[in-house]
Amino acid sequence: MSEFLDDRQAKLNSFRKNILKKDTTTTPINIPEGIFVQCEACLKVIYQRTLDDNDGVCPHCGYHTKINALKRLSMMLDKESFEELDPLLISVNPLKMPDYDAKREKAIQESGLNEAFVGGIGSIDGIKTAIGVLDASFMMGSMGSVVGEKVTRLIEKASIMHLPLVIFSASGGARMQEGILSLMQMIKTSAALAKFHEQGGFYLSVLTNPTTGGVAASFASLGDINIAERSSLIGFAGPRVIKQTIKQDLPEGFQTAEFQLSHGQVDMILERKKMRQTIARLLRWHASRETDI
Amino acid sequence: MNMNEDAVWEKVKLARHPKRPTAKSIIKSLFPDFMELHGDRLYGDDSAFITGIATFQNGPITIIAQEKGTTTEEKIKHNFGMGHPEGYRKALRIMKQAEKFNRPIFCIVDTPGAYPGIGAEERGQAQAIAFNLREIIRLRTPIIIVVLSEGGSGGALAIGVGDSVAMFENSIYSILSPEGFASILYKDATKAKEAAAIMKITPEDLKELSVIDTIIPEDEGLHINPKAGFEALKNYLINEINRLKIIDVNELVDLRFEKFRKMGQFEQL
Repeated sequence: MSEFLDDRQAKLNSFRKNILKKDTTTTPINIPEGIFVQCEACLKVIYQRTLDDNDGVCPHCGYHTKINALKRLSMMLDKESFEELDPLLISVNPLKMPDYDAKREKAIQESGLNEAFVGGIGSIDGIKTAIGVLDASFMMGSMGSVVGEKVTRLIEKASIMHLPLVIFSASGGARMQEGILSLMQMIKTSAALAKFHEQGGFYLSVLTNPTTGGVAASFASLGDINIAERSSLIGFAGPRVIKQTIKQDLPEGFQTAEFQLSHGQVDMILERKKMRQTIARLLRWHASRETDI
Repeated sequence: MNMNEDAVWEKVKLARHPKRPTAKSIIKSLFPDFMELHGDRLYGDDSAFITGIATFQNGPITIIAQEKGTTTEEKIKHNFGMGHPEGYRKALRIMKQAEKFNRPIFCIVDTPGAYPGIGAEERGQAQAIAFNLREIIRLRTPIIIVVLSEGGSGGALAIGVGDSVAMFENSIYSILSPEGFASILYKDATKAKEAAAIMKITPEDLKELSVIDTIIPEDEGLHINPKAGFEALKNYLINEINRLKIIDVNELVDLRFEKFRKMGQFEQL
């Protein structure tokens, strides 16, 4: 945004100087960061507060911008009902990747989270639920050992407490910096879901923007019900990789939520505004055991 | 185990050596009466996967193999061992058949990765892989895995869940190819050699991380003479089948779960 304004100011200055032959007399208005944002989809400028009040949905075109894990939890859960699980699990650097510690440190500072996944127990419209959210702003929501372990523990907690499970995914996939151990988290989380499934647990997976790679190819695709949030990119391989491999342009609407719906991969697409009430309804329908309510 | 950059890269080159045998050679050598079974019953038959039944040690065994192909023509036919959703689904169908009839399952992993294409996405690549992971972990029959040359990403993982996981001495198993890893993290695919050295992709490193259990020695190398390596594989398979078949099936499934449940490294503050 600030680049956009600087650029406009520079163009205006050059227009005044070269065409109007006048020197710049105006002083640029100093707009602080974070007051306006530009919509990624329609490119219109939005007042940040308007966007926030609208749950991060563009008032002009309805595009759903990414929201962080805490905002998601506060939108979904009854007030003060959330108890976080395992907040103090932190990643190590198993491959000794030179930049990994610094990258993670930066993500911790910027997001205020210890890792890319927040899980815990909370209530959705009065229904006690094990809920977890991946945060795409933390290293692209990638799954390393900690994310895998936290997801697994959340599933296990849901099993023990006989709670329904809701996970919001937003991830670029397995975390490259932890190599093969990240890949193994795909098995670990899916294995925990296998047990949960055998016990008759209800798992609702919400795929938000973006859900790709190793997260899409493990727990995010294994819901009893899979919901895609509007404006989400969902798929296994990233569009850039596919384009490089097949050396042709990708069809319009490829890997959108609508694409996944028409190809039978998700049960429905939901607007963010309808998320809470729809999930509450589904949870109620699946609350077969007394302890669920 | 800390190998230097050159030694690791040597392994990558051997794993991709043009003369390195593919899954077909193992099948021909160890399972002469192999009968191929085709199709996922949903969409098609993915020729990146060869699946079927054979006799091994006086009893039937189910074989699930990723085939890369050797000649150019064959490579194209088998799509270089890169699976589509119908391949993962075929593998699971044949594995469930093995479970029903109480046969051990032997998987030969050999793929650069799942195929990144439009059709694969249209048919639910992510769901196909995820579903395999969830189902295979609970199959009530012994599963033995060997990585022949390359085990790449989710494509390898989808048939990589088992009670016993081995790798040939000159094979690699990784989250992504060293080239892909380098292009993502170093923004430069030519730094693959540097990437390979840090990624922990060799059998020695992976055994240390407990991602695999056994390394199958190759003697002079499968690309020169596969005989010794195949013999070692055969012995490994006999031992593992004998070891696993006497374990109560409930315990077997629990042990398999625990094996993967433990994977990962982290700290608790």
